[in-house]
Amino acid sequence: MGLDLKWKELPAVQRRFLFYSAAAATVFLLLLLRLWYLQIIGYEDFQERSVRNRTRILALEAPRGPIFDRNGLLLVDNRPSFKISVMRQDVENRFLLFERLAPLLDVEISELEFRWQQGRRFPIYRPVPLAEDVSREIMERVQEHGVDLPGVLTEVRPVRDDLEHGSAAHLTGYLGEITEAELQSGDFNNYSGGDYVGKTAVERTFDPYLRGEKGQRLVEVDVQGKLLRQLKVEPPRPGNKIYLTLDRDLQRATDDAFGSQSGAAIVLDVNTGEVLAMASRPTFNPALFARGIASEDWRELVQDSRHPLQNKVIAGQYPPGSTFKMVVALAALRAGTISTTQRIDCDGAFEVGGSRYRCWKKSGHGFSDLKKALRESCDVWFYKVGLELGIDKLSAAAKEFGLGFPVGYPMPGERSGVIPTQEWKHQHYNKPWYAGETVITSIGQGFVLATPMQLAVMMAAIANSGKVLKPQVIRQIEDWEGHLLLQANPEVVRQINYSTEAWKAVQDGLVAVVNEPRGTGRAAYLEDVLVAGKTGTSQVIRRKSDEEEELDEKGETPYRFRPHALFLAYAPAEKPEIAIAVVVEHGRSGGSAAGPIVKQIIQRYMELQGEQKGQLQQGRKE
Amino acid sequence: MFDRRLVSHFDWVLLLTVLLLAGIGIVNLFSATASWNSTTTPLYLKQLLWLSGGVLIALIICLFDYRHLEYFAVHFYGLSIGMLVYVLFMGKTTMGATRWIDLGFFNLQPGEVVKIAVILLLARYFGKTANSFGYSLFELLKPTLWLLLPVVLVLKEPDLGTAAMVVSIAATMLLFAGLKRGTLIGLGLIGVLTAVVGWFGLHDYQRARIRTFMNPEADPLGSGYHIIQSKIAVGSGGFFGKGFIQGTQSQLSFLPERHTDFAFSVFAEEWGFAGSLVLLFLYLFLIVWGLYVARRAADRFGLFLAVGVTAMIFWHIVVNLGMVIGLLPVVGVPLPLFSYGGTSMVTTMIGVGLLMNVSMRRFKF
Repeated sequence: MGLDLKWKELPAVQRRFLFYSAAAATVFLLLLLRLWYLQIIGYEDFQERSVRNRTRILALEAPRGPIFDRNGLLLVDNRPSFKISVMRQDVENRFLLFERLAPLLDVEISELEFRWQQGRRFPIYRPVPLAEDVSREIMERVQEHGVDLPGVLTEVRPVRDDLEHGSAAHLTGYLGEITEAELQSGDFNNYSGGDYVGKTAVERTFDPYLRGEKGQRLVEVDVQGKLLRQLKVEPPRPGNKIYLTLDRDLQRATDDAFGSQSGAAIVLDVNTGEVLAMASRPTFNPALFARGIASEDWRELVQDSRHPLQNKVIAGQYPPGSTFKMVVALAALRAGTISTTQRIDCDGAFEVGGSRYRCWKKSGHGFSDLKKALRESCDVWFYKVGLELGIDKLSAAAKEFGLGFPVGYPMPGERSGVIPTQEWKHQHYNKPWYAGETVITSIGQGFVLATPMQLAVMMAAIANSGKVLKPQVIRQIEDWEGHLLLQANPEVVRQINYSTEAWKAVQDGLVAVVNEPRGTGRAAYLEDVLVAGKTGTSQVIRRKSDEEEELDEKGETPYRFRPHALFLAYAPAEKPEIAIAVVVEHGRSGGSAAGPIVKQIIQRYMELQGEQKGQLQQGRKE
Repeated sequence: MFDRRLVSHFDWVLLLTVLLLAGIGIVNLFSATASWNSTTTPLYLKQLLWLSGGVLIALIICLFDYRHLEYFAVHFYGLSIGMLVYVLFMGKTTMGATRWIDLGFFNLQPGEVVKIAVILLLARYFGKTANSFGYSLFELLKPTLWLLLPVVLVLKEPDLGTAAMVVSIAATMLLFAGLKRGTLIGLGLIGVLTAVVGWFGLHDYQRARIRTFMNPEADPLGSGYHIIQSKIAVGSGGFFGKGFIQGTQSQLSFLPERHTDFAFSVFAEEWGFAGSLVLLFLYLFLIVWGLYVARRAADRFGLFLAVGVTAMIFWHIVVNLGMVIGLLPVVGVPLPLFSYGGTSMVTTMIGVGLLMNVSMRRFKF
């Protein structure tokens, strides 16, 4: 024992106690330093990571902004779409659940099982959709049985709905699921995969205004991803309200006037360039695209030989036919190659360069002045005038009116048409220009192509004596607090100068077309309003004049060979308000096929103006 | 026979420190398991039961003079080796490791018994062989062999944590006994060599744990998950903590093993740096007090016994805390008095009982 004590009292051993205590303290100090590093220095980082661990953000879709007509009438809106989903975490026995649910939803149990399996790749806090866009009836049925259906949710979300069933589909556009390319383009910053975005027209071009801002639900989850509670909700901000320049009622009338015929029609305000109506026939229902179009519907639309998806107003290129004669007349008056009263003879045909070019009237028109030539659309008269004027002067005049270039329609898809010149032909065909080509260009055939939009802009410029206007489709865009985000102002692209006499001569001729006996546009005649117009019948396929026409069983020209019918008009002639371009594809004759459509549009326009005036007067009285 | 000095010398400080730590541990356990909707007895109550049992055992140990244990140390060592051999062949296997003997009401871990047995045996050896100038390598051959036998058996289970723990305790006692300079260097070399060879003898999961410890972010969902989640829990506690039962990492189950090995992470998350500071201070106090007990011990056996027990508690604390705050690899070592578990509690309390025994018999005659 004594030995024991002696050893213990040795300074070296005593120091060992001290050393061990100090060592333990040092180790604990190290642990404390580490804790300091984690809890004080690293606090923010770890705090954030712990928050990220336990929270998940669920996006709340923003309702897309509605689209109104110029008078505030709804054209495109959202309708509630009911979705039945299931929270996997709340289901104990899914087979029992499916057995109860299947008859309520009118689906097979296997379908529900399939959907469930599909949903397993998502985190458990995300509801799995079992049935989408079900009827209100089914939704209510499911809600009634809610107690027996643990974990089943009924969700409502906004889905795009076209109240006009496609009447203005080519102007308003449609939606589609966002593509990978779009996601990466940077134009769709707040979108994520699976979202729907505007694909065409207004829905596409003004998507940034329409999309709104997504809301968020911040939820707390546990380690299995089980949703525990909602921490925060940021409601979505609905998209802005777009007011188009379109007049819903005029649009309906324009669309209806076509019946089953194909073609395009556009109504412009001659003073502002606003598009009041715009129809491309046949049309489609954008509602089909609201939640992804069925592949058979899509195939049907794409394969339809009458191209329902194409906006023929801006993308359909047609030979303008006799509607081009107005430009020829104006150009010749400016060049001084004719005067307003000069009379030129037509014996039914015209020969140049060894070819014979016939007038539509085989017997000929005899001597005509400008007015008669326009009224009766004498081809020979214009052959001669055009040839004397020359192709380059003629083309220059046409280009002034906005032909041959995009007119500046504010949305994508516009075609530029063709206005040929000698140089143009050299470039495209590497061949010289022939006199005969000037001859047929003078009646809007040959190489000349124009879109209905271009023709309407041209007609508006003739009606307002030279103002070439940029077409407008948006009147204004407002947010829900009433702030104006965008307001369109009329834009004059160009002022064309002709003498007052020249304008008047041509305008008088156009009035005669509709209002005088033997006028080709009599079909558009209206008693209450003076209409000015010009018909056009354009060959679809150029064929040699002597060639025998092949006929179908009924003795008629087959549909695809029938000429397009065109009619340009403005009204009222004394003080023009609207300009119209109508093309009826394969409609045969401008006067008889397109004339009645023009007539209906103007008639409806005047009615609507009358109603508005009436309302105004009533308003004043009150 | 009964000596009144036993009462006057009773180490109240030690007992109170232990009870305080265990009390905090039970409160913490209440929070760690708060989100469990179990129908059986709550874990914190069970732990309270283990603590009561442990205190009882400690008191019983105090009744006998620890010097009698010097004699039984060899028998006890033999018994523990027997248990290790038994467990190797007939033990209960969970998660690829065989560590338990099923006693029906209780799963006995021979690995824990071995710690006490080795402490007793080494205390006996160093108590008997007085050497003022340090031990030579040759003199240490016998205790080294005694040590190696259970260590190899434990590694066979395999239980790297316990093996490392037993070696650490033994090394601490050895260093205290004193070594010749050459012996120290020689042992150091042997240690390094063993580590190199041992690396290849490790199980894949053990190697993965060490690799993951080096770089936990490389495998955040696999073996790195424990460390990352624990660090997030601790770090997000900040200075004052998230509050009792407010720790999101623990309450939402992001923290694994939060009632056992990672109990401290729960505490650090909910009580912050401030709470951790207090807890660490208490633990350090316990260690320093243990060394104080050793210093006042009446004989060399008692001294080494106290050093051994203190080393056992110390290494458990350091390895566990080092693990949960990302300083050491994840080895399944519980935090004494804090982690849930009967074996750990009983082992610790046996150690505490031995300390108290040595402490209250510090008078010389």
